[in-house]
Amino acid sequence: MKRILRSDHFAGYVFIAPWLLGFFAITITPILVSLYYSFTKYDILSAPQWVGLMNYETMFKYDYLFPQSLKVTFMYAFTSVPLRLLFALFLAVLLSQKRKGVGVYRTIFYVPSVFGGSVAVAVMWRQLFGVNGALNSILTSVGAIDRNIGWLTGPNTALWTLVALAVWQFGSPMLIFLAGLKQVPYSLYESAMIDGASPWQRFFRITLPMISPIIFFNFLVQIINGFMMFTQALIITNGGPFNRTLLYVLYVYRKAFTDYSMGYASALAWVMLVVVGVLTAVIFKTSSYWVYYESKGE
Amino acid sequence: MKRKTRQRMRTVCYHLFTIALAVIVFYPVLWLIASSFKPQSEIFANAHSLIPSELKWQNYVQGWKGFGRTSFGVFFRNSFLITIISTIGQVSSSACVAYGFARINFFGKRLLFTCMILTMLIPSQILMIPQYLLFNYFDWINTWRPLIVPSFFGVPFFIFLIMQFIRGIPYELDEAAKIDGCGRFGIFFRIILPNIVPALVTATIFSFYWKWEDFMGPLLYLQSVELYPVSLALRLFSDPAAVTDWGAMFAMSVASLIPVFIIFVVFQKYLVEGIAATGLKG
Repeated sequence: MKRILRSDHFAGYVFIAPWLLGFFAITITPILVSLYYSFTKYDILSAPQWVGLMNYETMFKYDYLFPQSLKVTFMYAFTSVPLRLLFALFLAVLLSQKRKGVGVYRTIFYVPSVFGGSVAVAVMWRQLFGVNGALNSILTSVGAIDRNIGWLTGPNTALWTLVALAVWQFGSPMLIFLAGLKQVPYSLYESAMIDGASPWQRFFRITLPMISPIIFFNFLVQIINGFMMFTQALIITNGGPFNRTLLYVLYVYRKAFTDYSMGYASALAWVMLVVVGVLTAVIFKTSSYWVYYESKGE
Repeated sequence: MKRKTRQRMRTVCYHLFTIALAVIVFYPVLWLIASSFKPQSEIFANAHSLIPSELKWQNYVQGWKGFGRTSFGVFFRNSFLITIISTIGQVSSSACVAYGFARINFFGKRLLFTCMILTMLIPSQILMIPQYLLFNYFDWINTWRPLIVPSFFGVPFFIFLIMQFIRGIPYELDEAAKIDGCGRFGIFFRIILPNIVPALVTATIFSFYWKWEDFMGPLLYLQSVELYPVSLALRLFSDPAAVTDWGAMFAMSVASLIPVFIIFVVFQKYLVEGIAATGLKG
């Protein structure tokens, strides 16, 4: 007995016990339980009723909000993430120059991201883009528009206000790119300059390939995060107008906690899990075409 | 000489361009702060202005009163309690688990580690419904327990971050301590912990931010206003049943960002390094 208690096996499990407990109690078991619920009709108050594939059938055949929310979510994730990364990369290149004041600029550009997902920022954004908000006020004062535009209520503009918010928070990828740019060996640039490569060529032929693994990793993580967007969507547009900003998680939330259709919402969540899984696999598969890995690994 | 002037021109252009960009990016933050001092009449007339005609501290006084009998003092206290307890839980449990995975060889380690990495890819929102039902079953709805208890199970992201750090500590230190009669726990507390302080600080900052900003958790689990953290309380300003006091709303929004900003200023170095390290290693 004493030997078991002193063995490494025992010690190992003692140290990882918190995570192991959580893994079973609040991750794996709930996931499997929700798979079961996705085949039931369940409103919390009465016991779940087995309905077979009905939830999935409803989703794919009759529920027009399901494809709508998927479409909105794809549009959101695949516009906001590339734009944000592009902006982050641009600023990282700008701030990677050895000049005075670069540190101060870096801080200023990062501050909006510090406030990141907070409700205060969402509230601010809603007022900024409101009919009587600052954006309309600026545009009017420079004479660009003659009457106020309802950015948040216009079916064609509402989603873009959310994309703009995501792009505005480019701070973290900017810092990551900055750190990545520092790791590109200077000798590569030197030999390119001797060969007479222009700054553009140096950027596209050296910088971009060298940091492509970092871009790839951030793209993947942020696409997944983009799919899970919730707080800002709820506060700024709450799905409207005409469900044009009904992001997927918002829809799941409504089904579960407004309609109390826990079974249907579980089915929606499971479809999401599969979509995110497939997407991750696809992004990984295509990575070999556009990500440059040095042969010696890291 | 000519070359020098050209270089100077370039420097001036660079700074002009960067400053212009910085002004655009920073404008919303300044606008929020300015609006929190504007009288009600000015918030929508000439909305873009960054200079209030008078500094109206009244917005803060009015906002702080909160809703009904619950002031923002209560909301802030709630936020601090939830955030601090959760942060302690997340960081301490993650450090433990990270040590187990990084330094001890035990049966099934590789499989379990793979499981942990996979759970990093599962978005927490997928678990929203089953976890809600679980906590509902425990009768934990309308308490802070669903927000706090899961924090003590470790956070894969932090575990990973701390593990990277532990790997950088020479193994000889462990061996030396072992010869001096230290057990596993002795090594963990006396050798490992003092050497991973930077990683713990980084994890603490992230944990604090995420918990402070957390909106979905409180939204799902809390019903009584007196239990609300600041994040959820801010939303009460846009209650359609009441006339919105815009000035007060802006004022309390600014107030809610102050703790976040202070931490940023104090720990900037750790934060920047932490982001860079985690984003690079993958």
